[in-house]
Amino acid sequence: MKFEKKQGADASIPTASMPDIIFMLIIFFMVTTVFKEFRGLPILTPAARSTEKVEAKRNITYVWTDKNSRISIDDKIVPVSSISQIVGEKYAANLRLIVSLKIDKEVKMGLVSDIQEQLRDAYALRINYSTRFK
Amino acid sequence: MLIKKRKKGTTEIFTSSMADIAFLLMIFFLVTTTIDMDKGINLTLPEKGGEQVKIKKGNIANLLVNAAGQILLDNEPIDVTQIQELIKQKIEEKGYDKDGKPILIVSIQTARDTDYNTYIQVLDNVKVAGATKISIAEPEK
Repeated sequence: MKFEKKQGADASIPTASMPDIIFMLIIFFMVTTVFKEFRGLPILTPAARSTEKVEAKRNITYVWTDKNSRISIDDKIVPVSSISQIVGEKYAANLRLIVSLKIDKEVKMGLVSDIQEQLRDAYALRINYSTRFK
Repeated sequence: MLIKKRKKGTTEIFTSSMADIAFLLMIFFLVTTTIDMDKGINLTLPEKGGEQVKIKKGNIANLLVNAAGQILLDNEPIDVTQIQELIKQKIEEKGYDKDGKPILIVSIQTARDTDYNTYIQVLDNVKVAGATKISIAEPEK
């Protein structure tokens, strides 16, 4: 008995549109990328159950406070009294500013309150206590 | 006079390496994209010099936290773990306004030497209990 030979189908993937697909992916990642600008101070934030996600990453300014009561904004150590000026300038540039307070667990409330007063002076009223999920 | 016809060169851009270039760019952006989301407890501070709103004393729950982390709720000493339950009870007692928000206002006052962690734990418990009107009093000097 003779078997008929199967006709070989053309088994090749068309690659012509590959660059287009990849470019589309690139554009997606380019648009969504936010470069990490600052690294801040070494801190351990408290854990809380009501931790929420902050959606608008571009509007966030960080105020770092470590357990030695050093305050850092944009990688510069600043005194408490100058916070309102620095944040005030940022608020003027972006009215949707959210100030994320990255404060160490061991910081005393007196300092936290002073920072909040400075933020109120700067009219930056939207704040976020940075916490971890519990 | 005869003008010689120029030989046509092949006008072609090599597209075979395009995908490779694109891949390289993609990998770069993949690596630099920060996936970690910012997370924390959202709060809106009151405006400075804003008008004072008069509230019935009965609608306020006072939480006092001292430097040692001890807590007083309406002058009764309680533990951090009790806050959620007690605030929930108080919210139920006072009921809800027409927007469905609790009428109860929770006022948190700390001392200047209170730990930030204790304050966050108290605030967290109050939030979990469902209170939406939270007042943060300035620490006593």
